[in-house]
Amino acid sequence: MLQLIIKRLLVAIPVLIIVASLTFFLVRLAPGGPFDSEKAVSPQVLKNLNEAYNLNATLYEQYTDYMTNALVGDFGPSFRYPGRSVSEMILTGLPVTLELAFYAIIFASILGLLAGIVAAVKKNTALDYIPMAIAMLGICMPTFLLGPLLVLVFGINLEWMPVSGWDSLPGDKVLPAITLGAAYAAYIARLSRGGMLETLNQDYIRTARAKGLSEFKVVMVHAIRGGLIPVLAFLGPAIAGLIGGSFVVETIFQIPGLGRFYVEAAFNRDYTMILGTTIFFSALIIFFNLLSDIAVAIFNPQART
Amino acid sequence: MKYFSLCVALFLISCGKSISPVDSGLENKIFHFGNGSEPQGLDPHIVTGVPEHHLITALCEGLVIANPKGGPNLPGVAQNWSISEDGRVYTFNLNPQAKWSNGDDVTAQDFVWSWMRILTPSLGSQYPDMLYYIKNAAAYHMEEISNFSEVGVKAIDKKTLEVTLEQPYSFFIKLLSHYSTYAVHKDTVLAHGTIDDRNGEWTRPGNFVCNGPMQLKSWELNKKIVVEKNPFYWDIDKVQLNEMHFYPVSNESTEDRMFRAGQLHVTNVVPQEKCPVYLRENNPYLRIDPYVGTYFYRINTLNPVLKDKRVRKALSMSINRKQIVENVSQCGQKAAYSFTPPGISGYEPDTAIPFSPEEAKALLGEAGFPNGEGFPKLEILFNTQEGHRKIALAVQQMWQQYLGIQVELVNTDWKVYLSREMIGDFQISRAGWIGDYEDPNTFLDLMRPNRGNNKTGWDNYEYDALIELANSQQDEVKRYEILNKAEKILIDEMPVIPIYTYVRQYQLSSDVQGWDPNPTDTHHPKFVSLER
Amino acid sequence: MEQQSQSLWSDAFDRLKKNKLAVISGIVLIVLIILAIFAPWIAPHSYSYQNLELGAVGPNSTYLLGTDTLGRDQFSRILYGARVSLLVGFVATAVALVIGVSWGIVAGFFGGKIDSTMMRIVDILYGLPFIIFIILLMVIFGRNIWLLFLAIGAVEWLTMARIVRGQVLTLKNQEFVLAAQAMGVQNLAIFFRHILPNILGTIAVYATLTIPQVMLLEAFLSFLGLGVQPPMSSWGTLIRYGVESMEEYPWMLIFPGLIFTITLFCLNFFGDGLRDAIDPRSSD
Repeated sequence: MLQLIIKRLLVAIPVLIIVASLTFFLVRLAPGGPFDSEKAVSPQVLKNLNEAYNLNATLYEQYTDYMTNALVGDFGPSFRYPGRSVSEMILTGLPVTLELAFYAIIFASILGLLAGIVAAVKKNTALDYIPMAIAMLGICMPTFLLGPLLVLVFGINLEWMPVSGWDSLPGDKVLPAITLGAAYAAYIARLSRGGMLETLNQDYIRTARAKGLSEFKVVMVHAIRGGLIPVLAFLGPAIAGLIGGSFVVETIFQIPGLGRFYVEAAFNRDYTMILGTTIFFSALIIFFNLLSDIAVAIFNPQART
Repeated sequence: MKYFSLCVALFLISCGKSISPVDSGLENKIFHFGNGSEPQGLDPHIVTGVPEHHLITALCEGLVIANPKGGPNLPGVAQNWSISEDGRVYTFNLNPQAKWSNGDDVTAQDFVWSWMRILTPSLGSQYPDMLYYIKNAAAYHMEEISNFSEVGVKAIDKKTLEVTLEQPYSFFIKLLSHYSTYAVHKDTVLAHGTIDDRNGEWTRPGNFVCNGPMQLKSWELNKKIVVEKNPFYWDIDKVQLNEMHFYPVSNESTEDRMFRAGQLHVTNVVPQEKCPVYLRENNPYLRIDPYVGTYFYRINTLNPVLKDKRVRKALSMSINRKQIVENVSQCGQKAAYSFTPPGISGYEPDTAIPFSPEEAKALLGEAGFPNGEGFPKLEILFNTQEGHRKIALAVQQMWQQYLGIQVELVNTDWKVYLSREMIGDFQISRAGWIGDYEDPNTFLDLMRPNRGNNKTGWDNYEYDALIELANSQQDEVKRYEILNKAEKILIDEMPVIPIYTYVRQYQLSSDVQGWDPNPTDTHHPKFVSLER
Repeated sequence: MEQQSQSLWSDAFDRLKKNKLAVISGIVLIVLIILAIFAPWIAPHSYSYQNLELGAVGPNSTYLLGTDTLGRDQFSRILYGARVSLLVGFVATAVALVIGVSWGIVAGFFGGKIDSTMMRIVDILYGLPFIIFIILLMVIFGRNIWLLFLAIGAVEWLTMARIVRGQVLTLKNQEFVLAAQAMGVQNLAIFFRHILPNILGTIAVYATLTIPQVMLLEAFLSFLGLGVQPPMSSWGTLIRYGVESMEEYPWMLIFPGLIFTITLFCLNFFGDGLRDAIDPRSSD
């Protein structure tokens, strides 16, 4: 286990450095700078602005300056929001995105596991086909189709839920979590069904049944491991996907999360913000992948990649 | 399973049907403001956008304030003022009651220091040119002189400010309602940084001090900004709102839904597709206010084909503006036949651009491209946005149909678009200009040679001379006549193709009183109240 | 040895035929592809001509699926949208396929240090937040559809590589391969005769399952305003417009949304069916 963790962490460092460097140069290559605005900036002013943000130094100097600062966690000031540091902005948006992802994953896991287990147990009956068909729908519908539809039905027509916001009105976390989690619920349903089916065919299950254990016990105690493992393995990449998917959901529901910050930063050429957020997301993904691998290793000592 | 979901549903219903923010706002006098994108900041000398404009209007006050109904500015910090015979020296008497939100008096010295700040080159302000009309201000900003006392602004005494201009600009009072001319609280700024520190934390809640009807209570990034009544404001008796909550909702459809669900009193925009629908249904909340802005196409006059003014006029005359405003933008915009929006502060340009494809074709033929033969493919550049695309598509079709020329649409993201325009890497580009104050000068000045915002390469010295002449003209009627002449030259040469005059379209709750159509979209909180 | 591969395929095909859902999906997909290829001849109107006076009208005899707010025929736009979406789907998947399969085969076949280095690289790349890079790339370099293919393909190849490598590893240790090696057959021959035919199935399955992922990714980019640029409009773009007007002009959303979902549905069901047909253990 310790070996796994160390190995992962060793891989993480070059990843982060590559990510940071790649992003740094990509962004600088981009046409359009952070200070371009509709009201033309006189060369005088532009020079002063660039000076204030160290943009007049050579690219090499800027790179080394940035990397040395980043190593100690100083990502610099945001170009777009004078007076705010990137770290500060990340720390404001991050908990929101994490919370959203958390609710989404909880929703997805509960719904998905339930559906998957039921479908596996009641294989080839209506209780198998219908949930799996709905699951497929979840996978095939883009979030930006599902979200507005849910808002239309539950927010405007039925008025059960608030239309947007986060932490301002009661119940405003429900629709975003469902929208984000829907596709993942579907994947989890299919994965757990598949895993359950494989497990249910195993010898030890037959033995348990022969021993006279109730079907419920057989499923929920013995077979469930088989259903859970593929799901746990999936959770790592799922979190990565959730962070990406959160961009859309955060835009639709006006949630002040990191995803929205990132997209805006990209459009605004807020160099420092883009860099800081990218490094952060990378670190997050690595972290969750690691957690997921640890979970798999705990549950299934045989599975070592 | 079934009962479980029923319980969940009931639970959610009971949670959801709570009292809406608009309803509770009525009782608590809290105004919920849909403010577009997250404001960059609160420093009036650094920010440049509209969301910031709304915030600063609530938090700070300049020498004058915009008249809610449009027209001449009203007294703000300055109670009254007098202008010298030659129109160059303005003497402002500051209101003795004018105070900062921490109780300090607002003094003339505050303005002197603040204008020195915005003109300090290392601050990197993007609006210093608003003050260039003041004697030696430009020289100080360009570092030609280093002693600020040579600049034409002096504190005669604590409450008297004297300003000397380069020329007798009769629109000087009009531009003083723009936030770049506001004062900032010196002690607060210096307590958190130097005079030219862009990243100083003086604008944070808890630090921020300003002199407007509201003061800053809290700022949750990307979520909500809350401002509350400022007890030290000189006109506090008029202020009826207790708090204002600003929401940075950048997605138009989301904002629309929020309004309909009773979460906002006013929206920033109306989604493109909804405007014509709301117009048709006579939606009582829809507001379409005149706005000092022109939507136009910039022509790169350095381009070999576009150099010829006959080509430019042909392009302009084959655009059916009526069809564009009625069938494409569909939100009450007015077709524009002049560069300056007509009616701005009483200025009525009498220019005309006929929609006449026949004449256009003839002109194009004269220029050497009969029926569009031999005319190279034209590129229209615009920033990625549906509204711009639709108009560009319509124009593309019109030019193809009436002139026989090929047009390609190129859309890029905002920053790329800006930088391409800046370096002249375009042939035709979509543009918009919103006036900084209510006077034709803010438009016509744009097209003078060597203006950073000109971007067309059109340098006409006859035009330049006329504007210069107008600037020294104190009589408003005579000044407008001269400006009209300049406008005529502009329309004759057509380095820019005006398309329509902007409007501000938004939705306003029926609870809001005192919110009048204002051409610069300035709505002072002290005139606004909530009543049902 | 030849015979074994042969019957493997016909067995698989039989199983596939029995799966009615997969068959129906397959047929729908073929119809869609044909419609997409012949769109220029089938489409009743131009997909870009705007009839500004007309505006948005519901389905009627002239405009089978209605028009959008610029008066453009939805039916034609959906047909052309099919071309774009399916093209993006197939090409980007092909990119992912080429890279991922070659990578996986080399790693799995040669094993040892080569394998661990190559898979280590995959691990590292897995840690990159690709969505972020794609957004950045699209924002910066915008309008290039080839870039779009590359970018999307670059995201999906990792999974493909992992799966193919796993398959190759498993096969390598199978009896018939060991037997062949014992008989002295050359590596290359082993690869082409024994391993390749057996992973073709897996490749086909995952390719079919990657296409809908790619299409969703493209739709996501379109929603943010970064995907295929007009005048080309993919289904993702059409859905985005539809969502904006869904209350006033529901047909702008219903038809593209329906078709998009159905296509993805079919691709997934067909892919599932293929997988079940080739590896019957996975569902029974």
